[in-house]
Amino acid sequence: MTRYRTALLLVLILVAGIALAAKPKAMSVQVQKCELRATPSRLAKVVAQAKYGDRLTVQETRGEWQKVATADGAATGWVHSTALTTKKIVLSAGSKDAQLAASSDEMAMAGKGFNSDVEKQFKDKNKDVDFTWVDKMETFVAQPEQMQQFLDAGGVTAAKGGAK
Amino acid sequence: MKRLLPIFVVASTVFLSGCALLDVASEAGATIGQATGAITPGQAESIKRSAGAVSKAMEDITPEQEYYIGRAVAATILKTYKPFDKADANQYLNLLGQSLAAASDKPETFKGYHFLVMDTDEINAFAAPSGFILVSRGLIRCCKSESALAAVLAHEVGHVQCGHGLQAIDKGRLTSALTTLAVEAGKNLGGEQLAQLTTAFEGSITDITGTMVNSGYARKLEVEADKAAITILQRVGYDPNGLKAMLEEMGRRMQGGDHKGFAATHPTPDQRLKEIAPMLGAGTSPEPKARQDRFQGSVTGI
Repeated sequence: MTRYRTALLLVLILVAGIALAAKPKAMSVQVQKCELRATPSRLAKVVAQAKYGDRLTVQETRGEWQKVATADGAATGWVHSTALTTKKIVLSAGSKDAQLAASSDEMAMAGKGFNSDVEKQFKDKNKDVDFTWVDKMETFVAQPEQMQQFLDAGGVTAAKGGAK
Repeated sequence: MKRLLPIFVVASTVFLSGCALLDVASEAGATIGQATGAITPGQAESIKRSAGAVSKAMEDITPEQEYYIGRAVAATILKTYKPFDKADANQYLNLLGQSLAAASDKPETFKGYHFLVMDTDEINAFAAPSGFILVSRGLIRCCKSESALAAVLAHEVGHVQCGHGLQAIDKGRLTSALTTLAVEAGKNLGGEQLAQLTTAFEGSITDITGTMVNSGYARKLEVEADKAAITILQRVGYDPNGLKAMLEEMGRRMQGGDHKGFAATHPTPDQRLKEIAPMLGAGTSPEPKARQDRFQGSVTGI
């Protein structure tokens, strides 16, 4: 009897596992701006953009790259896994979800903890710390096509693919 | 079996990630300590438990929070080291650096990687969390080619990729800050909570800048960053021997010179050369003329 029950339990766990695996996985964008690319490569053409907190559906995984679709299904493209989290990101502090997000492993609050309010307080307390050049640094942004051009012009050719 | 389990846990943790040092160190410490009778099984359990809580706390630092930490660390370092306000040089550094970062294991940070030249003769570089990377004129002068400079930048990207800056934060500070977050994240922060968080934030910034500027990372972390650099260089297509060339030149320049900053916070170039030797292929491929020309044009005046 015990053996039978154990066997049944194992079958149940297996079935549940398959059901979970088959369900399309939803992930959230955990960086401010996330570029969807035509192919799973760091220098591939950008076909669409998603923003912080957007939910994306994973259609395919290849190494560290995931093929995702936007929630409305309007666009698909490849994203590096470091831009994504399995957690649901709650953007507005007033929402009901926000309270759940505070103590949940499945959700995260955007702007929680160390945020722009904390930075403002930090600046008030440390008047000698100047953020001017840090702000300026953030404007130094190279586009994928500029990088490609830069590498081509310098004769820099990759032996194999991009970020793994 | 009971005895084998901790060993299995240590081994599996090691294989999971090249960067996951925290767990490995505490697990290994707890296991060895227990085996040698230095600590009781109960104490060993407690060490493992608290290490678990800390790794959990580390995970709870979202990319967004890491970004605010990185901004403040970079701004604090720029109090001591002034920026080198030359657009051409900074543009070149960002094209090269961002091309390398895109090929790292962590190409995506909250607002990306950004590079800046520091106006000092001292040989030094800092990688603030989230990808704010500062490199001194003195260090750039140790580079005789683009591959060598690429090696410097890839090493700093390696520090960001492995989260070395964040690891310097005092563990107690982190847990207390995150307890506050966990309770208060649901509402807009009140004055007192905000003050508490700001204190934890300030402390974290002091921990990180203190480690970077004064004590330096453990030698093990420097080796890890060098290894990450070699992988990145290979992926992009730069000769990893650029790292070797740079370290050799640095060794020459450091002799008798007063480079207290870098010399005090990094293993000697000789030590690093020994560590990376097995990872490098034989023979250096020559730099194409177009690449060498643009490199020299860009670093003129540095």
